[in-house]
Amino acid sequence: MQQETRTYPGARRPDRIRMNNASGVGIAVYEWGKESDPVIFFVHGGSDFAGTFDVFAPLIAAAGWRVVAWDHRGHGDSDHASLYSWDADIRDALSVMSSVTSQPAPVLAHSKGGALMMQLAESSPYRVSKIINIDGMPSKRRMPDVPDHDQSRLLASEIGSWLDYRHVATEAQRKPGTLQDLAQRRAKMNPRLSIEWIEYLVTIGARQDSDGWRWKLDPTMRFGGFGPWRPEWSSLRMVSLTVPFLGLLGTVDEPMGWGARARDISPWLPSGGRLEVLDGLGHFIHIEDPINVSNLVLEFLS
Amino acid sequence: MSIVFLQHNKIALALHKVREGNGRALLLLHGLGEDAAAMSTLSINWTGPIWALDFTGHGQSTVPAGGGYSCEILMADADIALRHLGEATVVGRGIGAYIAFLIACARPSLVRGAVLLDGPGLSGGPVHVTSTPEIPTAGEREGTAPDPWALIELSRDARPQNYVLTFLRIAISDSKIDEPISVVCKVTPPWIEAIRAEAGVLTDVNMQDALDIYAEV
Repeated sequence: MQQETRTYPGARRPDRIRMNNASGVGIAVYEWGKESDPVIFFVHGGSDFAGTFDVFAPLIAAAGWRVVAWDHRGHGDSDHASLYSWDADIRDALSVMSSVTSQPAPVLAHSKGGALMMQLAESSPYRVSKIINIDGMPSKRRMPDVPDHDQSRLLASEIGSWLDYRHVATEAQRKPGTLQDLAQRRAKMNPRLSIEWIEYLVTIGARQDSDGWRWKLDPTMRFGGFGPWRPEWSSLRMVSLTVPFLGLLGTVDEPMGWGARARDISPWLPSGGRLEVLDGLGHFIHIEDPINVSNLVLEFLS
Repeated sequence: MSIVFLQHNKIALALHKVREGNGRALLLLHGLGEDAAAMSTLSINWTGPIWALDFTGHGQSTVPAGGGYSCEILMADADIALRHLGEATVVGRGIGAYIAFLIACARPSLVRGAVLLDGPGLSGGPVHVTSTPEIPTAGEREGTAPDPWALIELSRDARPQNYVLTFLRIAISDSKIDEPISVVCKVTPPWIEAIRAEAGVLTDVNMQDALDIYAEV
């Protein structure tokens, strides 16, 4: 069936699309710009996909960069894997990077992608020449005044719910709907983005089945979750970085953001690192204000 | 041994029936890189049926592509087995001990006591943030059990003390028995150190004594 398409001002699909084999998991890779231009890697956030760079990437490519992005495993057009983990995402990233260059290259990463790339840059500094981190700097935030036993109760409920879901995950499917339905659902998570932009994203990040549109995101993945990982671990990695670092942060909290504040992040900036706070913007800074953010990024890259 | 295959998302888990019996089941969880056969050699006096699980990527369970292991996924493996067995006592060795602890805390009404034994993967990785060296491939054995990605990832997973203590609080609060965890292992990595002096944890017992206690509750 011919899938419905949309256009959006300034949005351009990648110039090249291919699959990369990351230890048996197919990773969809996208490129904007000339292959002979210097490489920069773009990394999307959790529950997103590389198509969210369709406006921003062409701006950077037009300035003489070969922008390479990919869909994380389970996201977009990459394979739905059997297992997902932070380390596996980093390995997949290294696999894509190795398929393009063995030289260190700059990385621009958003949200969870930013935290992933700080770990990659800290553990494999020879892979990364500069980092632009867009609201991907989780920090330890003061917990609400919840007694220990109530925290355990919340965790018990979360774990039980997650385990219950694992029993039915085999049959899990994304809920179908019209293009507008999916856009409206997504708009609850992205309340600051225009519905026209989100409808455009549906045509990239969802597929049109006979019974309606479904997001391509692996239905076995769930937002949030639990585990030993602590957000402050990212701060410890960030302060250890040796490559030039530009952090971009909005001031408006959103459901998909970390809720980090400049005062939480500043003490953990790496030596010489820079944090730019963009007033009045939310979690998707590069989508809300692509021109100004691309100017900041290009100035940093130069 | 007969085998039942249970589906956990894209993974077919092999659950081996080691011995017939009457009464509550005993579930055995193997160490890192081992399989159910390693557990079936334990000398155990238990009147109920005894079962041993092959974790994801181990024994006769599916070996997934590209890794992505976590102890929480192995905990979910154990939960799939418990759904098949019903109420059970659990014995875990090595990483299986950590999983036995997690599932006993996460499903306090299903797990009637968890016994933690020494074995491969008991310690795990750091308790704090650390660098992750670049490991681009799993080597020649990729795709075979035990999955090299399981060995790489689960031998260096973080196990902070505050994480296990939060789990333990759930068990203490919701378990039907006073001491649902028995620490029998001699090796005491930081996560064991964190729990061994806590309420709800039995120490200074051997495996059979702990099983005899749990058989009565």
